Amino acid sequence: MSKIAKKRKRLNIISNVYAFLVYALLYIPVAVMMVFSFNDQKYNYYWNGFTTQWYTKLFTNSTLVDSLIYSLIIAVLSTLISVFIGTIGALGLKRYEFKMKKFIDNMLYIPIIVPEIVLAVALLIIFLKVGVSMGMGTILIGHCTFCIPYAIVTIKGRISGDNETLEEASMDLGANRVQTLLRVTLPNIFPGVMSAAFLSFTMSFDDVVMSNMLAGAKQSTLPVLILSMNKTGVTPDVNALATIMILIIVAAMILNNIIQGALHKRVK
Amino acid sequence: MNNPIISLEGVEKRFGSNLVVKKMNLEIAEGEFLTLLGPSGCGKTTTLRMIAGFEEASAGVIKVEGERIEDKEPFQRNVNTVFQNYALFPHMTVFNNVAYGLTIKKVPKPEIQERVMEMLRLVQLEGFEKRKPDELSGGQKQRVAIARALVNRPKVLLLDEPLGALDLKLRKQMQIELKRLQKKLGITFIYVTHDQEEALTMSDRIAVMHDGVLEQLDVPMEIYEHPKTKFVAGFIGESNIFDGKVTDKKDNVLTVQTEAGMMQVCGADFEVGEEMHVAIRPEYMDVSKTPVEGFDLPGTVKDFIYQGTVVKTALDIKNGQEIKYSRFEQDTDIAEGNQVYVYWRPEKAVAIKKSM
Amino acid sequence: MNNKKKKNMLPALAMAGPVSVWMILFVTIPMLYIIYISFMSRGVFGDVVYKFSTESYKTILDPTYFKVILKSLKAAGITTILCLLLGYPLAYIIAHKPKDTAAKLITLIMIPFWTNSLMRLNSWLLLFQTSGPINNFLVGTGIVKEPITFIYTDGLVLIGLITNMLPFAVLPLYSTIEKLDKSLIEASADLGASAATTFMRVTLPITFPGIFSAIILVFIPSLGIYTVTDMLGGGKILYIGNIIKNQFGSIRNWPLGAALSVMLIVITMLLIFIYTRFAKIEDMEVV
Repeated sequence: MSKIAKKRKRLNIISNVYAFLVYALLYIPVAVMMVFSFNDQKYNYYWNGFTTQWYTKLFTNSTLVDSLIYSLIIAVLSTLISVFIGTIGALGLKRYEFKMKKFIDNMLYIPIIVPEIVLAVALLIIFLKVGVSMGMGTILIGHCTFCIPYAIVTIKGRISGDNETLEEASMDLGANRVQTLLRVTLPNIFPGVMSAAFLSFTMSFDDVVMSNMLAGAKQSTLPVLILSMNKTGVTPDVNALATIMILIIVAAMILNNIIQGALHKRVK
Repeated sequence: MNNPIISLEGVEKRFGSNLVVKKMNLEIAEGEFLTLLGPSGCGKTTTLRMIAGFEEASAGVIKVEGERIEDKEPFQRNVNTVFQNYALFPHMTVFNNVAYGLTIKKVPKPEIQERVMEMLRLVQLEGFEKRKPDELSGGQKQRVAIARALVNRPKVLLLDEPLGALDLKLRKQMQIELKRLQKKLGITFIYVTHDQEEALTMSDRIAVMHDGVLEQLDVPMEIYEHPKTKFVAGFIGESNIFDGKVTDKKDNVLTVQTEAGMMQVCGADFEVGEEMHVAIRPEYMDVSKTPVEGFDLPGTVKDFIYQGTVVKTALDIKNGQEIKYSRFEQDTDIAEGNQVYVYWRPEKAVAIKKSM
Repeated sequence: MNNKKKKNMLPALAMAGPVSVWMILFVTIPMLYIIYISFMSRGVFGDVVYKFSTESYKTILDPTYFKVILKSLKAAGITTILCLLLGYPLAYIIAHKPKDTAAKLITLIMIPFWTNSLMRLNSWLLLFQTSGPINNFLVGTGIVKEPITFIYTDGLVLIGLITNMLPFAVLPLYSTIEKLDKSLIEASADLGASAATTFMRVTLPITFPGIFSAIILVFIPSLGIYTVTDMLGGGKILYIGNIIKNQFGSIRNWPLGAALSVMLIVITMLLIFIYTRFAKIEDMEVV
């Protein structure tokens, strides 16, 4: 082996070790969270031995279960709203020229760039001024306001010049606008719509700032509950719940990959 | 060859289990214009990249001016490359692109200024020095890429399909310009292309590659007139190729029996009974309404194909093959569906050894 | 003719209408309103008195608040720099792996982010608390006699910020480095530049847009975030985000909260403005 090849090999090893260390930094919190879900203690102040009790007990913690359900409902609803408005919006903004277009395009960047707290307090004072009562509705509006721009950016990236030709072909073959939208345009941008949905769901489900600012007095979302637990310490049953959730997500991903892979093979 | 500027001795390149360059031996003389010619995937670009230092040879030795170069990084080698997609730095002006190599070598600024401007003059790009690459046409980018390499006064310039992205007319013009530039500067050019016409136009010698093997290395005329392998005969220009067996040999004129019929070809190095190939160019073929001595190659006229300078006649022959011969004007005495007999002067056809 | 034009606008209205209305109602109007409120004054009972005043902006310059702002800027700045220093090499390494491997590695970066972000922050607390594993190890091995107080320190907040923001640096960096034409690197080497020179003169300038995107995506959220300081600072460490939140909660000083928000908007716009400037300054002469 030449000197150059040896040097490259050494560099390759160094860079792999480096990458491993950075990944470790990202995964340590996840690992610690999982380990402490098995802690035999009411509060996670120190390690007190192994138990699996929290995985059953968490379902009897009604505050926790209620906030989980509340968060899920909000995440599903804001995903549906954001993806619907985002999909037709992305197509509309890409296709048509109108007076306000440039302005709307710029407005879409604000929720993406400006710190969330700013938008949250801005919405809060407007809602208070108008006299809207705080609750699920206001949280939904808050979540959709930052999910829609992300959905539009994601879907817009999927719409290429090709789509326009395809639509013209469809209408040339006698399909009307709605038929074209359903049969040609949507199937083509579907992967973009799916990633937009996934992104919206994750962002809504994990959101603290909007949910905290715009919540009513009665019910809080799961992240807001966790934030409020911080004073006394987050209990191990929440660790157990978060562990279950990440395992479900990873399992779903792996399953999705396997199915996609199998479908791909069959097509071949 | 005395003191070749570049020599490859038994060079091989393996990507995984894939041997893309096999036992390559090649010597290139100083000031020579050598073309590596072959279809895509034949190993020509890999060979070039090994000389440039972007790939390491899996086996064998590459020498530049008699010196082994495997321990030299690309930036330590006295060769420069013109890349297929030009690889101009998008964030630099034309001037800075061309000056790049010189600034790296810490050449004094006034000298850089002078050499860059001289080079831009040479490639006819004066007045473009402030432009950015994306403000140039394909041909202009090409000239910048050449100037950027040549300004370093390399011993050898490597060119990887440099004209591939240009349209036909511009490509032809650039072929001639490049050849003139090379003659004027006296720099060794190693040129990679899959375009055989380009290779014939520009090269001093052509190395035809196929499946990682150097099939034939020779001057353009020899490559065209006397292909050594069936692949070269088929790849360079248009040829009709027949597989057959020598049945008779008289004064180096071989009589060959093929599935299509009997034919004659000149060849010294063949034995009676040997299997071999016969290649004949369309322009050297002739037809007659009656059989010609030494030939028994009947065919049916299928159609005439008008191609501007020549008219090609397609014939169906006995083995189901379609062969073509060309004339400057269409034969008036034959028509579609006619039965004709093909023949040629035996010295115009090429006898090729059967490949191993 | 006129009728025909109207008919053509219908699909545009149906498709772009909802998003336009949403954005105007829930972005434009609230943003304008918050600017308006920032110029009002605070009543004795924490209500808004609708009388023009620049009081809130003067309060920002008051040392108590200004210190917090400087501290937040510093923390966000350090976070950004460390995310770039950690993230650039990682993005570079990933971008130079085969395509399949790179896609997997990028997914691996995303997976931790599907875990609740507060729970991940909480893990740092569990790890570093007085009777947590790190202190147990340090005391157990005799490196220190007494447990060290890591929690509720600026250092731990910084770790939280960096681990939460790192992907937002890696992703844009990865996408620009991945797009970088490999033959440009080869061309630079071919023209005599060493690996270090090639990096400084070719790779870095060409991937600059990615670096700036990373700066914007890390710096601005770090500046406004309050969950990290809430979780890891134990209410003792306050950044701008916490101050703004408190003005609309316990403290009830809306005009001040609005003025601080406007300040964040201004900082954001300034960065974006510089970015668009920089995209043109790419023309920088090298010689």
